Amino acid sequence: MSKLRVGITTLVSLFASFSVLADTGIDEKINVAIKPFADAVAGLVFSSFPVGGVQIPFVLVWLIVAATIFTFYFKFINLRAFKHGFELVRGDYHDPEAAGEVTHFQALATALSGTVGLGNIAGVAVAVSLGGPGATFWMILAGFLGMSSKFTECTLGVKYRNELPDGTVSGGPMYYLTKGLAEKGTGFAKLGKVLAVMFAIFCVGGSFGGGNMFQANQSFSQLVNVTGGDASWLADKGWLFGLVVACLVGLVIVGGIKGIARVTSKIVPFMAVIYVTAGLAIIFMNYPMIPAAFGAIVDGAFTAEGISGGVIGVLFQGFKRAAFSNEAGVGSAAIAHSAVQTNRPVTEGFVALYEPFVDTIVVCTITALVIIITGTWDPSVDPGAGVQLTSSAFEKAFSWFPYVLTVAVILFAFSTMISWSYYGLKSWTFLFGENKFTDATYKLLFLFFVVIGSSMQLGSVIDFSDAMIFAMAFPNLLGCYFLLPVVKKELDEYWADYKSGKLVKTRLS
Amino acid sequence: MSSVLMVGVDGSECGDRAVEYAAARARKSDAKLYIAYVIEWSQFTFSTALENAERHKRREEEIQRAHSEIVDPIVDRLKSEGLDVEGLVRHGHVADTLNELAKSKGAVNIILGRQGTSKLKSHVFGSVGSRLVQSAECAVTVVP
Repeated sequence: MSKLRVGITTLVSLFASFSVLADTGIDEKINVAIKPFADAVAGLVFSSFPVGGVQIPFVLVWLIVAATIFTFYFKFINLRAFKHGFELVRGDYHDPEAAGEVTHFQALATALSGTVGLGNIAGVAVAVSLGGPGATFWMILAGFLGMSSKFTECTLGVKYRNELPDGTVSGGPMYYLTKGLAEKGTGFAKLGKVLAVMFAIFCVGGSFGGGNMFQANQSFSQLVNVTGGDASWLADKGWLFGLVVACLVGLVIVGGIKGIARVTSKIVPFMAVIYVTAGLAIIFMNYPMIPAAFGAIVDGAFTAEGISGGVIGVLFQGFKRAAFSNEAGVGSAAIAHSAVQTNRPVTEGFVALYEPFVDTIVVCTITALVIIITGTWDPSVDPGAGVQLTSSAFEKAFSWFPYVLTVAVILFAFSTMISWSYYGLKSWTFLFGENKFTDATYKLLFLFFVVIGSSMQLGSVIDFSDAMIFAMAFPNLLGCYFLLPVVKKELDEYWADYKSGKLVKTRLS
Repeated sequence: MSSVLMVGVDGSECGDRAVEYAAARARKSDAKLYIAYVIEWSQFTFSTALENAERHKRREEEIQRAHSEIVDPIVDRLKSEGLDVEGLVRHGHVADTLNELAKSKGAVNIILGRQGTSKLKSHVFGSVGSRLVQSAECAVTVVP
């Protein structure tokens, strides 16, 4: 109870101090203060080199090349294990003795609640606007290749997790980079430690950026949009929205009020289903336009008429959106998936294949198709207005949808924030040790960034968010490259058992 | 050969009456009794990352608590009378799990209370008893 009291007192005092400053254009003040730092960091992470007139960030190439190499190294595991992954999620191989433990379905659902969010809704709108319909093709391709990255990192996440004496589980790139690389020798062990620390630092940054500020910012944007745009009472009260959300998030992560998180985790899949259903409805209501839409996608992917940067520009937008949306290669999913109950780590890798599939190939594509079919893609879109664009696309078919979308966006944002607060906390405690003080400092910082994110202009927020999340991919994938043979061994052993019928299928119908 | 009786308990008074009914039968016919408590759990729920990380620990705690608070007192009491009793705690869907347990232990009868701890839930979702009556693979006795 006292944890709750401390949390509430802190929040109330934060609220009080902010409301005192309410008249002084606090949104603008916060924005001006943070912007230079955010821009500097983003500039560093996205150091780019020109290809055909377009600046391609090195980190994007890093992600896509890794995804491609993994796909070939594991001989298209994203196709081969697709069916088996589904069987695992469905519980066909569920061990009755393990009833009550975390199942594959639960691990996948948890990870998805962290990744499905505003990238799928707002980000796709920006990508399709700036890159044209053709960006969708490259986005789907990147999603497909990314499945192999997720497979690799989630297998490693389960294999090298820490099972603590009190029964809790801790897994993720911090652990497979230290433990996994240590198995290869002392030189590697040192490298592993360095990479793990790098990863943890970037993950903390990511948990403040993409997992927090971006979510707060975009959900606020949609709320303003739906309550009247610039004329809305909320228009310059981002800090107020931030405080309310910070209170709710705080009740969950500081106060331990599980009820809110539990309710959210039940509603989020429901909202996702509504979103997907509405999208599919729009697509099928306009079924004569479907061939034309796909035509525009394929055309745009290879000819890129009128898109700045040509084909490379289109490719860049598509890849970038997929990478930010499904986080394949970033390593965050490995943290979520590591809690699954299994003694064959590669099974969770198979299950993780479905994350980029659902996130990018299904949800992002549906968003893209709706935008293309309704013709709302607008090359002059302001990257900050992504969610408004998607909103107007859906509004053309269902005039009430912007309200539903607002609720969905806020819930998705909330659940993503809860997930990333966990990933960030794990990284923070990896760096600074696990105790009440480190726990509390991280959580308070997290809540602080919720308020900051709601108040800032999106431009700087989105650059910083992207930067931190992509930066995680550098140590993560480097470690994954070295650990590929480990994953291959797990895969080959399991696949042999699977093919020879040694595995026990418990669900027979 | 003595028969096996599976008693489903849930901490409610109805469950206690089911135990008494089964115990009375066991005294007369020398049957083996299993006192089973099923912790409602589904493979397909949605949770947060923190809940998953703590799940193993919580599961152990839940099993422990079910044993110490509900199952073991019953088992100990009946054992002291000289009956052949064993306690079981499982996670899962209550009706299906009781059915599975009955099958695996070779029970000829599942005995449980008609009304569990939540009356509203029973009215909306149907009680465990009514589900079992429809789907069990052995006789089901519902004790009011």
